[in-house]
Amino acid sequence: MNDRVSALRNESLKAEPSISAERANLITDFYRAEEGKHSIPVLRGMAFRHLCENKAIYIGHNELIVGERCPVPKAVPTYPEITCHSVEDLEILNSRPLTWYRVDKATIDLYREKIIPFWRGRTMRDRMFALLSEEWKLAYTAGVYTEFMEQRAPGHTVLDDKIYRKGMIDFKRDIATAMSKLDFVNDLQASYKRENLRSFDIACDAAIHFAERHAELAESMAVDEKDPKRRSELERIAMVCRRVPAHAPRDFYEALQSYWFCHLGVITELNGWDAYCPGHLDQHLWPFYKQGIEEGILTRESAKELLECFFVKFNNHPAPPKVGVTAAESGTYTDFANINLAGLLSDGSDGSNEVTLLLLEVIDELHLLQPSNNIQVSRKTPDKVLKAALRVIRKGYGFPSVFNADSVVEEQLRQGKTIEDARAGGCSGCVEVGAFGKEAYILTGYFNLPKVLELALHNGFDIRTNRQLGPKTGDVSVFKSIEDVLVAFQQQLHYLIDIKIQGNQIIERLFAESMPASFLSVLTDDCIKKGMDYNAGGARYNNSFIQAVGIGSITDALSGLEQISFQEKSISIANFVAILDQNFEGNEALRQKLINRIPKYGNDDDRADSLMVRVFDMAFNYIDGRPNTKGGQYRLEMLPTTCHVYFGSVCGASSDGRLAGHPLSEGISPVQGADRNGPTAVIKSAGKMDHVKTGGTLLNMKFTPALLEGEEGIEHLANLVRSYFKMDGHHVQFNVVNAETLRKAQQNPEAYRDLIVRVAGYSDYFCDLSIALQEEIIERTEHAGF
Amino acid sequence: MASGTIFNIQRYSTHDGPGIRTTVFFKGCPLNCLWCHNPEGISPRPELNIILDRCIGCSVCKSTCPNGGPYMPSNTKCHSCGNCTKNCPAGARTISGQTMTAREVMANLVRDRIFFEQSGGGVSFSGGEPTAQSEFLDELLTECRKEEINTAIDTCGSVETKTLIELAKKADLVLYDLKGYDDERHKFNTGVAATPILENLDTLARMHKCIWIRLPVVQGYTDDPNEMELLAKRYCSHNSMRRVEILPYHALGDSKLKRMGKCDVQSNLNAPSSTILDMLSEIWKRNGFDTHIGAKR
Repeated sequence: MNDRVSALRNESLKAEPSISAERANLITDFYRAEEGKHSIPVLRGMAFRHLCENKAIYIGHNELIVGERCPVPKAVPTYPEITCHSVEDLEILNSRPLTWYRVDKATIDLYREKIIPFWRGRTMRDRMFALLSEEWKLAYTAGVYTEFMEQRAPGHTVLDDKIYRKGMIDFKRDIATAMSKLDFVNDLQASYKRENLRSFDIACDAAIHFAERHAELAESMAVDEKDPKRRSELERIAMVCRRVPAHAPRDFYEALQSYWFCHLGVITELNGWDAYCPGHLDQHLWPFYKQGIEEGILTRESAKELLECFFVKFNNHPAPPKVGVTAAESGTYTDFANINLAGLLSDGSDGSNEVTLLLLEVIDELHLLQPSNNIQVSRKTPDKVLKAALRVIRKGYGFPSVFNADSVVEEQLRQGKTIEDARAGGCSGCVEVGAFGKEAYILTGYFNLPKVLELALHNGFDIRTNRQLGPKTGDVSVFKSIEDVLVAFQQQLHYLIDIKIQGNQIIERLFAESMPASFLSVLTDDCIKKGMDYNAGGARYNNSFIQAVGIGSITDALSGLEQISFQEKSISIANFVAILDQNFEGNEALRQKLINRIPKYGNDDDRADSLMVRVFDMAFNYIDGRPNTKGGQYRLEMLPTTCHVYFGSVCGASSDGRLAGHPLSEGISPVQGADRNGPTAVIKSAGKMDHVKTGGTLLNMKFTPALLEGEEGIEHLANLVRSYFKMDGHHVQFNVVNAETLRKAQQNPEAYRDLIVRVAGYSDYFCDLSIALQEEIIERTEHAGF
Repeated sequence: MASGTIFNIQRYSTHDGPGIRTTVFFKGCPLNCLWCHNPEGISPRPELNIILDRCIGCSVCKSTCPNGGPYMPSNTKCHSCGNCTKNCPAGARTISGQTMTAREVMANLVRDRIFFEQSGGGVSFSGGEPTAQSEFLDELLTECRKEEINTAIDTCGSVETKTLIELAKKADLVLYDLKGYDDERHKFNTGVAATPILENLDTLARMHKCIWIRLPVVQGYTDDPNEMELLAKRYCSHNSMRRVEILPYHALGDSKLKRMGKCDVQSNLNAPSSTILDMLSEIWKRNGFDTHIGAKR
């Protein structure tokens, strides 16, 4: 990287994450003055405009891509209309040892005196909890599931190619056309649609105005600038900001800046999950790159510099912190914007190009936490591109992750999307599949499968919270076979999925009615055409996901029960459950036997793997296709992010030898250390799941660096990946690091500050992880050379 | 159906031939190399192993031993019946060597077919010495051919010529281990003379289309450049034999010996320096071979 990029990167790394009260203050003033005077959609459009008109504009020294969501880099806004931090929250965020955010006294005072008094009882979170049922809250408190929308707005989507073809002025024209077609006689929703369209129009103006304010600042900075080189750069910035996003971009530079303004708009309007993402960046930029090179106005080096400046901007944006935080809890600064490389074009041809390779170089050179990135590998992706990605992966910081582009398409076809939309789609967040620019694909929460088994073994009673959570499915002593256990498990599962979905329906309606996302709607087909908001079913596709966690743990637990109580019959199931309730106290030999001597998922053992398939099918059959409130369906995903640690903490000991409170298996990976037949056996086991039925699965593998040495190491890894993808595997990601290195990092974190590891669907600084998560990663099976 | 004694089936084996492979380790070897990295493969009989770190002291082994044990490995009172290993909850006690039919082995081998096909890999038969169980190996090679699975035999060459040729005909690749030229020295290092092994390779090289030479290199034992020169010269005229793999000694065998109750036997062994390795590699290159130095593991 050159000096400019190096300086910007260092600034980004050094800047302290902090909380900025700017947005909270502006939004509070706005609601005080305007709430009740306008329709809700128009109110939200105006709120966005108010923010764009009034927030501070920042152009950093030597920046080429401009725009921050707060007055300075690494500052994070808050969204009190969604969730309002308490004074204690802010104090804990400021002082906790991991993933802290600096909060100054002025911010805390402002919160105490103005923000909290205004928003108390009015936030989406407060209103949501007032509406949710007692049963929902019991299961939620016990850790059966989590709920995404209690912390952030739905969001969770990705942009397609539309902003490279159209500017805001073009969208305004589309909005006017849609408005003119409204039928106020026969369409009973026409006036509601008009309010939506008005809000979209306001949002377009707001985005243009926001860019123009950057142009004005750049112009005035240029006047004062002594250095002629920087002066001309500032003049160029001003020109670019005058042009985009009002108009479609004309070159590589304008294309990047246009996306960045859209990104800022989306994350300023609301705190949608996973921020926002340009999706297939290499594909979108390729025409501009090619044209720039041909015309001689762009070089490979200047394109790389712009891309690197662009990447640093993502790293300037730590995730907005949760509310209701505890000191022990850590989070992640990662906000899950996940750039897709390679993949397929919408006509089905290979989507990789020179920019793909350029981006891999950028990823490798910058070695930043954000943005996340992945490579979409199809049958058509050249080995050259795959291997270039694997050489970056080999360096050991978990980027990029690897997806099966052909499965990603097939998964979406199964959901009823057109082949073109499916191919233009990809993956975002951790591993989630979506039709980019055309879909609201909302993660609703993680679902704790082993906890459901625990309930089935206790007649629906949760011994931790001391409450009856599920139906009474029979005392454990009446179970005569593993089939009886599975029947009870299924009944508990059905009941709890129903409770979860009931809660989601309430939450979805609340967002549809009270929290439209006007600007995001402009960027998402077919909101304008339908006159409907993103949060109310305006998108072309609307999938809601439930993310099941702990498939490896529950499989091994069932396998243990089957062998000990029903095959060997050495311990009755009632006694077995009593031993689990005592956390194996005095029964270490049994625990060791469970760890070492029973069939386990991840070893290509058909007996264990068939249990995995049964649990997966039960979850899939009950979730998939259930209607949500936006005209879409519920779908199943198999990913944990970091939730396997939390979910493990609410579960007692389990019949795979896991002690009470220990983490569950993550994603669809085997239980940590249970896979003992090498990587091909892990892949075979994982391949027995029908990935095409999911909206994403997550497989983590850990390799020692020695295994990937030389070109042969890369060749073998490429073949492992291609083989898994032949089995329709959805995703795999690699940690290339020794347990020894991780132990050293634990002992001496200062020396390993920059050690980035793959967690689950994202990479994070190892030293920023909680101890429980660090241990979990160390315990994952390390595949060494043979 | 033939059966045989094997001590491991290793999937994702990436150092025993091309591509991703599954390696079947046959128990029993006519050689007894000082540096053997699979010492559990030398004796043809099953042997008890203990990983002491795993033992939780539960005494299940005590109640299951028919001979008044439990015993540590290599104790003459232990008959390696395996009763203690079947019930050891922690997996601390294991038996190296189990009897399997060819059908049972094949059921394991087909499991990674998709990886073989993707990577140009297949199955390798190693050991121990696979040709020492010739009937069993013959059947496995035949079955693999029926299944369209690529095969390799990894042999020390110390076997009757006719047997070697018959088996090699059925394999796609032969990995042929050479441990020296000089008979006296070879005998000291491995227990047998070099000449019959070298002569077998002469014969094999005339009939087989693909042979890789493998050279375990141990400092002070098998790193003599003069011997290397003689070997390289002897085989350089064969088109079937172009690839040479120089395999620096690694101490994996040492920890295995501990598990077998034989301590510190290899403690004085080392890999040569990379300068020596490069020099040895150069000798083969000069004689027209495609030479690879294996990773120090």
